[in-house]
Amino acid sequence: MSQGLSGPRPEAREMPDGQRSKHGIRIDPQTGARHEPERTVISALVKHEPGVLSKVSGLVSRRQFNIESLTVGPTTNPESARITLVIEEPDPGVRQVKRQLKKLMPVISVRELGDDAIRRELVVLKVHGDEPDKVHAITQMYDGLTLDAGPRTITVEITGDEQKINDAIDAFQQFGIRELARTGQTALARGEEWTTHAEEERYERACTEPSSNDTEPNTDTK
Amino acid sequence: MSEHASTTVPDTDEQHTTDTATSESGTEIESENERTSERQSVVTTGAESVVAALRNVGVEDLFGVQGGAIMPVYDALYSTGSDLNHVTMAHEQGAAHAADAYGQVTGTPGVCMATSGPGATNLATGIADADMDSDPVIALTGQVPTNLVGNDAFQETDTVGVTRPITKANYFAGDSDTVGDVVGEAFMLAREGRPGPTLVDLPKDVTLGDTDTDPDTASLPEYHEITEEPDEKAVREAARVLADAEKPLILSGGGVIKGDASEALRRFAREYQIPVVTTMPGIGSFPEDHELSMEWAGMHGTGYANMAISHCDCLFAIGTRFDDRLTGGIETFAPDAEVIHADIDPAEISKNVHAEYPLIGDAARVIEQMHTEMACTPDANEWREQCVTWKEEYPMTYATPDDEPLKPQFVVEAMDEITPDDAIVTTGVGQHQMWAAQYWSFTEPNTWISSHGLGTMGYGLPAALGAKVAAPDREVVCFDGDGSFLMTVEELSVAVRENLDITVIVLNNEAIGMVRQWQDAFFGQRRMASEYPWIPDFAKLAEAFGAKGFTLRDYDDTADTLQAARAYDGPSVVDAYVDPAENVYPMVSSGGNNAQFALSEDQL
Ligand SMILES: Cc1ncc(C[n+]2csc(CCOP(=O)(O)OP(=O)(O)O)c2C)c(N)n1
Repeated sequence: MSQGLSGPRPEAREMPDGQRSKHGIRIDPQTGARHEPERTVISALVKHEPGVLSKVSGLVSRRQFNIESLTVGPTTNPESARITLVIEEPDPGVRQVKRQLKKLMPVISVRELGDDAIRRELVVLKVHGDEPDKVHAITQMYDGLTLDAGPRTITVEITGDEQKINDAIDAFQQFGIRELARTGQTALARGEEWTTHAEEERYERACTEPSSNDTEPNTDTK
Repeated sequence: MSEHASTTVPDTDEQHTTDTATSESGTEIESENERTSERQSVVTTGAESVVAALRNVGVEDLFGVQGGAIMPVYDALYSTGSDLNHVTMAHEQGAAHAADAYGQVTGTPGVCMATSGPGATNLATGIADADMDSDPVIALTGQVPTNLVGNDAFQETDTVGVTRPITKANYFAGDSDTVGDVVGEAFMLAREGRPGPTLVDLPKDVTLGDTDTDPDTASLPEYHEITEEPDEKAVREAARVLADAEKPLILSGGGVIKGDASEALRRFAREYQIPVVTTMPGIGSFPEDHELSMEWAGMHGTGYANMAISHCDCLFAIGTRFDDRLTGGIETFAPDAEVIHADIDPAEISKNVHAEYPLIGDAARVIEQMHTEMACTPDANEWREQCVTWKEEYPMTYATPDDEPLKPQFVVEAMDEITPDDAIVTTGVGQHQMWAAQYWSFTEPNTWISSHGLGTMGYGLPAALGAKVAAPDREVVCFDGDGSFLMTVEELSVAVRENLDITVIVLNNEAIGMVRQWQDAFFGQRRMASEYPWIPDFAKLAEAFGAKGFTLRDYDDTADTLQAARAYDGPSVVDAYVDPAENVYPMVSSGGNNAQFALSEDQL
């Protein structure tokens, strides 16, 4: 049998009194340290190339980040696309998402958007058409659009922030929702603030380049 | 094709300087341009462009296995001259591990090649291994022709998809004109910043396809951010905290070795008299025989290293990702310490252990800057004495009975005694790996080549081959387990063919010992599938491959047998029958408290 090594047994050793949280943060015994998850919107400018979305979704699933929604679409620059992620993570998690995203090769720029970011999502829903007038009234109430109205079904579109979409869906419930399709959130920073650094830089570069003769800065530069 | 066989690839840098030199006079530019357009391209196919790109970046050796989809690239290697040394491996996994070790020893990416489908999937383990350990590797894989991609063609695998989570970057090369540039970019990315493996998937029609476009000078993608310089203000603040500490400790990780920062680290620690623990990948970054060395910390690290980590009040961690095998449970890791974390990869900062003082940048630069900013040597006499006391309290020892069975630790120490300091040690994964790490005294960087993050059994032998190809003048010793050795033993045929003078020491405990140790400790001694009573005679097996075989059972024979194995000019294998009951201690149980390492089974 093995002899083992010599030295004081574990219980005979002096132990440090400090402690860390599960996020690795030193805990002040007075206050403790807890990080509650919060909802955060992250915008990533990525190269518009095949496989980007699977790289991003692979990252998210492998690292077990809590994703509320993920949307993607092209920008004014045909070479890049914007991915909007809504995540529910405590602070350290949010920082990790940003840093890990940034490491992905086709990701050009990543930024966390403030609470005042402009966020929108879209729902298309199909209800039973028995009470067209009432359906129409609700649609108007939510600034929606009727996309299709037949004898049996009515399909409407509602755009808005998440809360509004939830409310609208609740309101349509009374007619019996047959099906619905909902996008994730997509967002831009409010006002003059840029959504990502890369776009800001590109804009400034385009403005200082004398060759540009159109009013809009040329966003197609590499 | 043959007319290009003797053409050498022009150094693109040189071409560049010629262009600028002539730009003073307009006429000269014209004639130069004319000449350039008249000059025949050196490549005629995508495959030749791949080879040209490899030569542009200075590749000298490649490890691989042939196959249908990669044949055009091999053919280009054949026809463009023999200055690139291709080592044909027995298995693609071996090619990837060999390239990985080669990359570590030389500091420039190792290259491995495989065909599509099974060739590529066989590479995957080695790629994942390199990814976990941030080793620079380029994998070139053949792929079915683009018109068959997605059709489940013969030997088709979605290699880019399979390797996406285990590469730093990977590419599907879709165009014969650009394939060379893609390879060049992959090479640059593999070694820039935090190194890692990159892969280029090469469809057969792309490598066979005509092109007269020579690959450009290798460069990084335009939008890729180059590693940041450490922030001066942050360094100043961190230096103040470290100088003020009463119990300062340096934790030196694999990044110190990869960043060529061992020298800077040594100077820093000596000047400010700060004790150093390393991580397992950081072994060799600081000389283990130095009085400030506490050796390595973690699950099977020394007791004193783990005590030091647990009690320090300021931890200057460099180039480590705080793996759970190092930290144990996060809640109890360095619980009193303020953490200064220097890393080249911002994503490592506060990933596992929160860093109060993050320093992003190249390890050598950060250490140098810290060096200049340190106001004084920390007032830590008491702490240093405490560290010495721990070394005395928890020495690394083992019992050596006079006769059999031989203790594995003894074999490691005996070999260490007779080999030079710059000898390279490679290992498989298991108990033998821990004993090699514990009982070999490492004093130089890049002498400890092991599979850390992924823990890949079978890593040792092919890694030894790669290391020997990279450094033919250095002695290479592989400590292997019987289980690990059997996983890649076929590479012995390669060592024999290439006459690679390596010494493999199989610490044969007739078991996959590490598993058996855990079963005994945590599964009520139920040794399910961990004992190998049917192990072959490794000495005979070695002879069957054409290598030299030795069997070792006695203490008295140890020195002579090891010496004879070393002296043999070519690959030799020592089958060392060691005590099957021996276990690895100290041990921090998984997710446990580093300060509560067990010194024997009854303390677990
Ligand atoms: C490829 C692979 N399969 C399984 C494991 C799990 N594992 C870790 S250590 C170990 C035992 C290794 O046995 P051996 O190589 O004989 O070394 P020993 O522990 O006996 O020294 C096993 C099976 C692994 N690390 N790698």
